[in-house]
Amino acid sequence: MNIEALRIALGGIVANKLRSTLTMLGIMIGVASVIILVAVGSGSAAASRKRLEALGSNTLTISTGGFGFGNRGGTQSRVIRIEDADVKALVSTENAPSVKLVAPIVTATAITAVYKGASTTPQQFQGTNEALFTVRDYTVQSGAKFSNEDLDAHAKVAVIGLTVAKNLLGDDADASTLIGEQVKFANANLTVIGILKPKGTNGTADQDNIVLAPLTTVRDLISGNGTTVNQVIVQANSRKATDSAQAEVLSILLSRKAGATSNSFLVLNQASLLQTQDANNRTFTVLLGAVAAISLLVGGIGVMNIMLVTVTERTREIGIRKAIGARRSDVLGQFLTEAVLLTMLGGLLGVAAGLIGSRFTIVDVKPVVEPYSVFLAFGVAVVVGLFFGIYPANRAAQLRPIDALRYE
Amino acid sequence: MTTAELTNRAPLVIDIRDATKVYGMGDIKVHALRGVSLQVERGDYVAIMGASGSGKSTLMNIIGCLDAPTTGTYLLDGADVNSLGDSALADIRNRGIGFVFQSFNLIPRTSALANVELPLMYAGMKRGERRGRALAALDALGLRDRVDHHPNELSGGQQQRVAIARAIVTSPAIVLADEPTGALDSVSSDEVLRIFDQLNGFGRTVIVITHEPEVALHAKRVVRLRDGSIWDDTRQAPVFGPPPMARGRVA
Repeated sequence: MNIEALRIALGGIVANKLRSTLTMLGIMIGVASVIILVAVGSGSAAASRKRLEALGSNTLTISTGGFGFGNRGGTQSRVIRIEDADVKALVSTENAPSVKLVAPIVTATAITAVYKGASTTPQQFQGTNEALFTVRDYTVQSGAKFSNEDLDAHAKVAVIGLTVAKNLLGDDADASTLIGEQVKFANANLTVIGILKPKGTNGTADQDNIVLAPLTTVRDLISGNGTTVNQVIVQANSRKATDSAQAEVLSILLSRKAGATSNSFLVLNQASLLQTQDANNRTFTVLLGAVAAISLLVGGIGVMNIMLVTVTERTREIGIRKAIGARRSDVLGQFLTEAVLLTMLGGLLGVAAGLIGSRFTIVDVKPVVEPYSVFLAFGVAVVVGLFFGIYPANRAAQLRPIDALRYE
Repeated sequence: MTTAELTNRAPLVIDIRDATKVYGMGDIKVHALRGVSLQVERGDYVAIMGASGSGKSTLMNIIGCLDAPTTGTYLLDGADVNSLGDSALADIRNRGIGFVFQSFNLIPRTSALANVELPLMYAGMKRGERRGRALAALDALGLRDRVDHHPNELSGGQQQRVAIARAIVTSPAIVLADEPTGALDSVSSDEVLRIFDQLNGFGRTVIVITHEPEVALHAKRVVRLRDGSIWDDTRQAPVFGPPPMARGRVA
C-alpha cells in the first residue's frame, strides 16, 4: 500500500461523497456504539463497586435472622441475637487472628432531629463504637469523632452527616456552625461534635443522611434494646483474609449461641460480593460490547456492498488502468486501500463520536471509557475493512482487461 | 534469403504466426480469427482494415496483449507473449505498447496531467520525474494550457490528444490505435492523423485499426481482413522513410 494507491483511493472516496459518507456512517456507528456501550458497562461496574466499597474495605457485615432458612423450622422457636459479649469475643487474636476491627451497630429508626425549630428525620441513626469510623472509612470534615471513653460514659454526643446538617441549617449554611450545638433527638439533647466528610450517594441512598452516636447513648434513647446489637461489622486484616475472617467469626458465634446454625447469621462478605459483582459486570460489559460489535459487522457488510458497486461501476476504468500497465496487485491495492480508508475514516469519526457520547450520563450511569475498547473498536473497524474489502478488490484485480474495457 | 538481406531488414517488432481465436464453446463457436500470420517491422506504419466482424478488433486485442490467441504464437520484440505471466503482460502494456482508443478512455474526474502520468506511475517512476515527462508529452501535443482540465472539460480532439500523450509517454515500441478518429470531426481527425504521421516519422511503429480509407492513406502498409483471415496486404511506402501523407505535405 503506497502513497499512490492512497491518493487514488482518496480520489475514489471523494468522488462519491454521499455514498462514502453513508458507508462511513455505518462503521462510525459501530465503533461509537462499541466504545459507548463498553463505557456504560464499565461505568455501571464502577458505580456498583463504589457502592460496595462504601461499606468499607475488606469488611464482613454480620446480622442475625434475616433470610436464613434455619429460623423457619416450627420447632426452632428461639430467636438468636448477637449481644455485646459476642462482639467482645470476636476481638481475639487467638480465635480470630484475621479480624482487625469489630464495630457493633445498634440501629434506631424514625428518630427526628430538631434544632432551632428545624426538624429532619435522618435516614440512618446508628449507635456504634470508635472502630466504625475506620471500618466504614468515615472521616470528619470538622469537629471530632467520639471515642470509646464517650461510649463508656454514655456521652450525649453525635457526629452527623452533611445532609442532616444542611436539613437543619439550610443549604447555604456552614455545617461547622452546628458543632458544639445541642440538637434534640427524640427526647434527648445530643451535642454535635463532628460533621462527617460527605460520601455522596451510593446509587440508592444518600450516605450523608446519617447520624452516628455512641452505642450506649443510642440504647438510652431507644429503651428496651438491652444488650443486643443489630449488626456487627468486622474488618479483616486484608482482602485475602476476609474469607478466613468470615470462618473465624462464624465459628466463634456458633460456639457461643446454642441452637444456632450457620443459617442463623447473615454474612455479607464484601470481597466475595465484589468478586461476584465484578464477574457479573464483566459479562454485562462483554454482552454490550458484543451487541455493538454486531453493528460494526453490519457496517462492514455495508462497506463490502458499496465496494462491489464501486468495482462494477468502475469496471471500465479498471480496464483502462490495466490497458496502460496496471498490474493485478496495483488494482487490488487501489480498491483494498479504498475500503480500508473508508473504515479507517469511519472508525476515527466513530472514536470521536464515542468519546463525545461517553461524556453524557446514560440511563443514570456515568460511562467510563475503557482505552482498550477504543483501540479494539478502531482496530476491528480496520480489519473489517480489510476483510470485507478483499473480495471486491480481488474481483476487480482478476478482471480481464479485454472484458473490463468492453464493459458498458 | 542471404545474410545481407537479413541484416538489411528491420527487426520484427510483431511476429504473429497462424493465430486463431475462437469465442464461445460447444455448438455456438465463433471463429474470430482463422489462422492469421502477420509480421511487422520496426518503424512501420500499418493500417489494419476490415468490416465489422472481420476480426480486426480481435487481432488488435491480441497485438495489444489484452487477449491471447486460442492457438498460434505471438512474438513481441522477440518474446513469446503466451508464456508470460500476468504482471509481465502488464509491464508490456505499460512500456511496450501505447494504446489509443476510439472512445479516448481517459479516466474520468482526473486531470489530463494525472491521466498522462498514470502509465509512468504504474512503471514506478517518482512523482517529480513523471510530472515533468507528462508535461513534456502534453506540451508536444499542444495541450500545455489544458493540463489541469478534466476529460469532460475537453473537446473530443483534445481528449484524443491527451490519450495519445498518455500512449507515448512511456516511449513504447508500438503505438496501437483502435479507430482513433472514429469519434472525431474532420478537423480533429486530420490533427490526430498528422500526429501519427509525426510519431512514425520519429521512428515509432504505428498500427491503426480503421475502416476509413482516408485513415489508411496515411499508412505505409495496409492489411485487409475478411472473415478472420488476411485477404490483402499492400505496401504503400517503404518502411524506412516518412509516411506517405507526410511526404506529400512536405513536397
